[in-house]
Amino acid sequence: MSDATIPATQLQVGEPGPGVPKVDPILIADGVRRSFGGMTAVDVAHVEIPRGKITALIGPNGAGKTTFFNLLTGFDRPDSGTWSLDGESLSHVPAYRVARKGMVRTFQLTKALSLLSVMENMRLGATGQGGERFGAALFTPLWRKREADITAQAEELLARFKLDAKKDDYAASLSGGQRKLLEMARALMSKPRLVMLDEPMAGVNPALTQSLLGHVLDLKNDGTTVLFVEHDMHMVQTIADWVIVMAEGKIVAEGYPSVVMQDQAVIDAYLGAHHDTDLGSLTGQLEVAKDLGDSFLVEELTDEIGEENTDAK
Amino acid sequence: MDFSFVPLAFGQLLSPLTIGYALAALGLAVHFGFTGLLNFGQAGFMAVGGYAFAITTTEFGWPLWASILATVLGSVLFALLLGIPTLRLRADYLSIVTIAAAEIVRYTVKTPAISSFTGGSDGINGSSITFDKLDPLPDITYGFGVLRFTNDDLWIAIVGWIVVILAAFLVRQLMRSPWGRIVKGIREDEDAVRSLGKNVTWYKMQSLILGGVLGGLATVIVIIPTSLQPDNYGTQTTFFLYTIVLLGGATTVFGPIIGSIIFWFVLSITDGLLTLLVANHLIPLTSIQQGPIRFILVGIALMLLVIFRPQGIFGNKREAHFSV
Repeated sequence: MSDATIPATQLQVGEPGPGVPKVDPILIADGVRRSFGGMTAVDVAHVEIPRGKITALIGPNGAGKTTFFNLLTGFDRPDSGTWSLDGESLSHVPAYRVARKGMVRTFQLTKALSLLSVMENMRLGATGQGGERFGAALFTPLWRKREADITAQAEELLARFKLDAKKDDYAASLSGGQRKLLEMARALMSKPRLVMLDEPMAGVNPALTQSLLGHVLDLKNDGTTVLFVEHDMHMVQTIADWVIVMAEGKIVAEGYPSVVMQDQAVIDAYLGAHHDTDLGSLTGQLEVAKDLGDSFLVEELTDEIGEENTDAK
Repeated sequence: MDFSFVPLAFGQLLSPLTIGYALAALGLAVHFGFTGLLNFGQAGFMAVGGYAFAITTTEFGWPLWASILATVLGSVLFALLLGIPTLRLRADYLSIVTIAAAEIVRYTVKTPAISSFTGGSDGINGSSITFDKLDPLPDITYGFGVLRFTNDDLWIAIVGWIVVILAAFLVRQLMRSPWGRIVKGIREDEDAVRSLGKNVTWYKMQSLILGGVLGGLATVIVIIPTSLQPDNYGTQTTFFLYTIVLLGGATTVFGPIIGSIIFWFVLSITDGLLTLLVANHLIPLTSIQQGPIRFILVGIALMLLVIFRPQGIFGNKREAHFSV
């Protein structure tokens, strides 16, 4: 990887590092802490998310990424801390109001509503529906127009996500990957400013991976800011403009993907020294064994590789 | 042998219990079937509505419209009282609180200290006084054979069914609207609905109020031609309503209504049949055992329904939301 992936205009002010200020931040969080019992799950001193870019939030299991997501979107309450979207404070704002302000999330375990049709799932995502009020709901003419509008909008989105053929089916009939797509499409019904995706790639088969990546890039091209949590390093390297690394609740590194992923400290501590190694191959296993200093295993693997080589001849 | 129980069973169609339970079951379907609220205290809503009507009519001498308004307000207040502390919490809290609250209501109205108002264990008679004044039917006996109705019986049956049908269309309209879409979303995963910008707690409250008001009004239909008895509003009533709702289909509008008709028809006809068999010594049971047997059958029917047809008679299997 070369420095060519670093854009000409910088995203940050000053040297990249944990908590570095951004040129044009959409979300700013300060002193966000959350502890469960004695364990501090999240302790973020300062972080800024760049507007109109794709930011990846990575880190080992238990680093507090999802908890941080839950706090920012109002699904969990912090012990302390403030954060704001476009200067508007979102601390202590209930989850549904956070969503209305244009910050919409998806979930690690997909929450497609399987007892509703795909189209009804999509319609549910739209905001500003008069027919959602009890009184107005009783008189169809009061909401027929808006219903037609959001149906058209939903059809457009479903076509983009290649779910249009399924629109009248119950969401229960969708595959795991299609549910991820539906959840993302549904989140877009409200035309959000900031989309937060919690592990969008988890459980998605390789055939859908590429189209999912395409959809996330489309979001950026439409001017939407994306923040996602992911373990899939391929996704992070391919589409992220900025990477934030969390460990033990804190932000430990920040920067351009090409730089952060090469940072030896990040690689060792949070990605594992062998994140690029193919453990399916004997040579890959040998590499790991050497590092572990397991001389017995090294010997055995060397022998096996030797045998394979002779077989091949 | 006396087969008069057969026409009598068909007479259940016009019985105030059938009509009232249809309305209360519709309210429970709004809670349980459409919103996923586990309300085990629908009998409590029925009691609150019934006492509001009976007390304001017989004690205060209020006109009919005012007593009905009191019924609605009483049910709304009861829903707020139960909903405010529990609807933010997990679903199970509502069921615990509602089952307890319904019993609290029943024991409270039976308290001797306030029996001058509530009639204590005897309940309240004479709730029909304002309603029957409006009866336009000639004062003769209607019906044929063993089926006999006074003009007042027929009057409440007609008005009762009109109210049930109107309520059914109201619920159907709501469930087909964006409002209904939200509550149906909540029944499955309230966090998903919350993440889409909907005030989930408020929608659960609206649903609790709507179903509760239907439960309250149901009692008005039941007590006008009969009387208000506190022990008719115990937990047994709630479980009858669950049987009715599951029988017809919890996620349907007309299911609970048809369910109520079938439920009371079957209870009536099995009672007649058992009486006949016991009287002629065709089964080894005494007439004392005969009563409970019917309710054992109700229990078995409820179990079989949930196991083999969770969506009920009219429901859509794919929309049935509990897994057994």
